[in-house]
Amino acid sequence: MNGSDAMLEVSVWRGTTSGGAYQDFEVPAYENQTILDVVSWIQHYADASLTYRFACRVGMCGSCAMMVNDQPRWTCRTHVKKVLKGRKLKVAPLRNLPVIKDLAADMDPFFDKWVAAGGAHQPSASRTEPIPPVDPQDPIRVEASAGIECINCSICYAACDTVAGNSDYLGPAALQRAWTLLNDAKHDAKDKILDAVSGSGGCHNCHSMGSCTAFCPNDLDPMSAIAGLKRATTRRFLRGGR
Amino acid sequence: MRPARAHPLWLAFVLHRVSGIALALFLPLHFWVLSLALTRPETLNQFLSFAEQPVVKLAEFGLVFLLAVHAFGGLRLMALEWLPWSVPQKTLAAGAVGVAVLISGTFFLQVV
Amino acid sequence: MLDLRLYMLQRITALVMAPLVLGHIAVMIYAVQGGLTAEEILGRTQGSVFWFLFYGSFVVAVSIHAAIGLRVILHETFGLTGLALRGVTWGIAALLLAMGGQAVIAVTWSGAA
Repeated sequence: MNGSDAMLEVSVWRGTTSGGAYQDFEVPAYENQTILDVVSWIQHYADASLTYRFACRVGMCGSCAMMVNDQPRWTCRTHVKKVLKGRKLKVAPLRNLPVIKDLAADMDPFFDKWVAAGGAHQPSASRTEPIPPVDPQDPIRVEASAGIECINCSICYAACDTVAGNSDYLGPAALQRAWTLLNDAKHDAKDKILDAVSGSGGCHNCHSMGSCTAFCPNDLDPMSAIAGLKRATTRRFLRGGR
Repeated sequence: MRPARAHPLWLAFVLHRVSGIALALFLPLHFWVLSLALTRPETLNQFLSFAEQPVVKLAEFGLVFLLAVHAFGGLRLMALEWLPWSVPQKTLAAGAVGVAVLISGTFFLQVV
Repeated sequence: MLDLRLYMLQRITALVMAPLVLGHIAVMIYAVQGGLTAEEILGRTQGSVFWFLFYGSFVVAVSIHAAIGLRVILHETFGLTGLALRGVTWGIAALLLAMGGQAVIAVTWSGAA
């Protein structure tokens, strides 16, 4: 791959949930090139009607995740060289979500479940009260801190086979958020979280297959967070708290 | 759309699921054969002598393997869910149990 | 689909079966030495309260465990939901319990053969 002599053969999904097909593009290969660069090149120079989503380009905003060669990836931080099969690339919208158009997945179910898992913050104190001290070394705080770098890119949700088979399942990101809040000294509705993750779509559907943890671009560990929720709900069950 | 799944925990999940299905399908047959003891003991003996064939022996080995793999896979799962250890601790613990089973199993086979 | 109640049932039956499975495997390794006959099996088990309780609790636990496990697969792989899913779950549990109960009685009840 030197200069723009070499070309990539890129198959891109065109269409919506109700139908569509892969369309092939020839894209010049460069020494340094991300998947998002490839998609942007197509939109700039080959077909301006291609729909996709991105914002920050530096792995902060979590909006550019797509399926690349059948694996969920953050496209702005995924170099072409790392995932290229021969000269071929396949780019598709995120798995397990409806498709609005082309590469833009509908994130509504993902964020609805985030809220359904008790993910909205409920402060334990009002603004007139003193701020509760947070000790970063506290073991409970360490559990919370482990999950707070989630950028809600939905890669774990797309990687999860349990989500694929069970559309009610809240999924790794929402459950990790719930575990983070459960361990947050500033969050008030702890029992509400345990209720929210104990329902028919809750944490107990997880089979610990670990694709969430294997694919998380920020090296977070949603599987262990979900195990934490199973532990907490089991403990409450055994104490007769249900 | 099938994301790559060839990572150890996903394979462990598949092994657990496949062994579980196979055991569940085998159970009714197992129960039926045993209940022959009550109704038709001679049929049970015919079945048991049929089970002396090498092919059936191999299938029996497979069933015992599925049972063991499902049992230890399940214990692994419950340890992962309920014991709040760090990852290296869990790996060591699983390894220790594995070695213990291997050693005591070998001993057991020597004894009987 | 799997709420906390079904999850706890699945895990509790698993814990009950853990020692039973190990015992069952041990008995199998011991019993197959020199071939199996109906007389040999029944001579060991019939009229024994211990084996009745051992295999009786095994059958109860495995009926619940297998029904919940198959329920998950029927939902995730075959899309079964609602009343159909409930019905099939109960059906599997009842079938295994009936057949297993019959087997336990046949093998451990005294004076049957």
